[in-house]
Amino acid sequence: MTMAGVDVPALSVQDMTVSFGRTRTIVRAVDGVSFSVAPGEIFGIIGESGSGKSTLGRAAVGMITPSAGAVRHGDVDPFALSRAQMNAHRRKYQIIAQDPNAAFNPRMTILESVIEPMAIARTGTRAERRARALEMLDTVALSPEMAMRYPHELSGGQKQRANIARALVLDPEVLVCDEVVAALDVSIQADMLNLFWRLKRDFNLTYLFISHDLNVVSHISDRVAVMYFGKIMEIGPADDVMNRPLHPYSEALRSAEPEIAAYEQRARERIILQGEIPSALNPPAGCRFHTRCPRAVDLCASNEPDQRELIPGRFVACHFAEEMLARFLPVGGGQEAECVSQE
Amino acid sequence: MSATAAKGPVAGPETGMATDKVLLSVEDLKLDLRDENGWVRVLDGVSFDIRPKETLGVVGESGCGKSMTALSIMQLLPPRSARTEGRINFAGRDLLSLSRRQMSRIRGRNISMIFQEPMSALDPVFTVGAQIRETVQCHFDVSKREADERAIDALDSVGIAAPRQVAQLYPMSLSGGMRQRVMIAMALVCEPDLIIADEPTTALDVTIQSQIMDLLLNLSQKRGTAILFITHNLALVSQNCDRMITMYGGQIIEGGPVSEVLARPLHPYTTGLLHSIPDAGRARGTLNAIPGRVPSLRAMPPGCRFEPRCPHATAHCTQAVALERIAERQIRCHRWQELAGSAAPMTAGAL
Ligand SMILES: Nc1ncnc2c1ncn2[C@@H]1O[C@H](COP(=O)(O)OP(=O)(O)OP(=O)(O)O)[C@@H](O)[C@H]1O
Ligand SMILES: Nc1ncnc2c1ncn2[C@@H]1O[C@H](COP(=O)(O)OP(=O)(O)OP(=O)(O)O)[C@@H](O)[C@H]1O
Ligand code: SF4
Ligand code: SF4
Ligand SMILES: [Mg+2]
Ligand SMILES: [Mg+2]
Repeated sequence: MTMAGVDVPALSVQDMTVSFGRTRTIVRAVDGVSFSVAPGEIFGIIGESGSGKSTLGRAAVGMITPSAGAVRHGDVDPFALSRAQMNAHRRKYQIIAQDPNAAFNPRMTILESVIEPMAIARTGTRAERRARALEMLDTVALSPEMAMRYPHELSGGQKQRANIARALVLDPEVLVCDEVVAALDVSIQADMLNLFWRLKRDFNLTYLFISHDLNVVSHISDRVAVMYFGKIMEIGPADDVMNRPLHPYSEALRSAEPEIAAYEQRARERIILQGEIPSALNPPAGCRFHTRCPRAVDLCASNEPDQRELIPGRFVACHFAEEMLARFLPVGGGQEAECVSQE
Repeated sequence: MSATAAKGPVAGPETGMATDKVLLSVEDLKLDLRDENGWVRVLDGVSFDIRPKETLGVVGESGCGKSMTALSIMQLLPPRSARTEGRINFAGRDLLSLSRRQMSRIRGRNISMIFQEPMSALDPVFTVGAQIRETVQCHFDVSKREADERAIDALDSVGIAAPRQVAQLYPMSLSGGMRQRVMIAMALVCEPDLIIADEPTTALDVTIQSQIMDLLLNLSQKRGTAILFITHNLALVSQNCDRMITMYGGQIIEGGPVSEVLARPLHPYTTGLLHSIPDAGRARGTLNAIPGRVPSLRAMPPGCRFEPRCPHATAHCTQAVALERIAERQIRCHRWQELAGSAAPMTAGAL
């Protein structure tokens, strides 16, 4: 990969595990996840509801402490910082939470809430902070009239945009976006995605971009990781994962994605996942996807597949990843030689 | 074999299954809300109806009044800061004239709502199982045990694994998508006649999303439930709704059968929405957002509300424009005929 390797990653996690609950009802929301994100890279995360995406995002910025493994912000270990150091550090690593209400105090106006992080970080004068907040709200298409309102007086999408403004006022270096465009109409969503892209291009902003919308993730991301029950099933360049999914779960996600009927040229094959959805309280042995995987064989129920780098930059955890890949190669193997030669 | 794959073509939109009797009819609904600057008109003459078994999709700009339309029907807006005018007829009764007691009997039992923000609808101090049980016992004379069983079945039906265990958890320890499904379970458990679903699947991955949509449509086919489906996802509208309306600035600007509206939108705003959808093939940073912004509700243009942003606006567009009906379609645009003549349809033969 061109982007990784050159610089110290802006964000990296190594064998990270995050557990909740006590012995009998322990949930490993994130279970041994590793990846790193280069400065200026947009790293997308998609996956099943409850697969641990939000937990991963919160641990990545240091909001919750992993039970095992390491997190690095550049070469800093955020969990080794003193409280004072953490306060100074935190503004560089921001998260926009999935629940837009989480960031707002119901008794503060939107403007006050957007000013608050700057006041805590003691940036600028009072007047400068106010001007900056209004400017940021304007960037997300919220007028001064909206700024004077209380959270409950805004629509869902307006609140979500105020949340984006609040995370951007401190000029973060790394931004974790947790379903931040889910409540927006497609036009404003396009506006926000263009904004995220400009901030990356002009200020080298780095993103961990969590979304269940495959169109959004594949459009905005350089690379994506596909999660299922606390584990990463597949990592690779965004377009490549979308066009040539090498894991049966990514393939199912891709095929279940709804399309506008009028745009649909060909009847798409849709893979409907059947079988029991496992519970995070007692995840299946072997491959976690085996209870629903259309390709599962006995081996899958007993042996957990290792994550392997199948072609440069494409990591897959499935016993049959080679076969999945073979389907995308032309018969005769002319292209195969080319793929292998990249190694 | 532990799992199988069922493969088949994507289901087409449901067509014409609705019966003729109207279940809900909203007529000339006007809503004023009060904020720091006084009263402001948020809904300006919204009218539509839904028949049993029908799914009506509602799309539109963020802040255009979709949730407020839903909350007006449910009458969940605080009377001190909200004034409603018009008629909301449900199964032959005028909801606006009912007492609070009468309305609370209808709510949850005959009409239920899936709220846009699950956390604001769930109570943090009760387990999710207790909250669903409460809903059941509120409307049916059943034992606690029976109500618990129904709650667990409902959780199971929305794809929650280990529903018995999850029922004992508090909302805080659920993921965003799990909370959303708990709320859907709560809305479905009484098998109402009308479900108002406000962005019900925004936090769900596509596989669970299609499971939830199938569940809603099954209920609709089996029990004749009507669904008012508010969403930003035009693909979901295309696959699951019979008819749709587009809203902008507190008004309906376009309406009609989904297959027609999406194949040949008549209003420039609807067209703009269709062009804003991201697709993997497009260069990044270059999505076609509709230029400009929705004006403040206090400073709406006197004529067409889309005029300041419309690429086709002419001097005439500053004149007031009414919602016209042409056969099954509705359109609020001075120039729709000219524009429909010039624009090539997106797919041939859809009309
Ligand atoms: N108390 C209030 N006073 C004044 N305006 C309000 C109040 N509450 C909401 N509004 C405004 O009413 C309009 C309609 O809000 P509504 O929640 O219906 O939007 P929506 O279409 O559901 O948008 P979204 O897609 O973002 O959820 C918004 O512009 C909002 O700012
Ligand atoms: N505070 C908590 N206490 C206990 N369990 C938790 C807590 N937060 C999350 N979990 C559990 O961890 C798992 C992962 O949750 P998480 O919110 O990370 O999922 P997610 O991938 O973000 O899902 P979604 O797409 O639905 O938002 C879930 O099983 C959830 O129930
Ligand atoms: S390892 Fe087996 S069960 Fe897991 S994804 Fe691959 S084929 Fe399916
Ligand atoms: S009335 Fe005029 S401004 Fe409004 S949508 Fe039609 S063409 Fe555009
Ligand atoms: Mg989440
Ligand atoms: Mg809304």
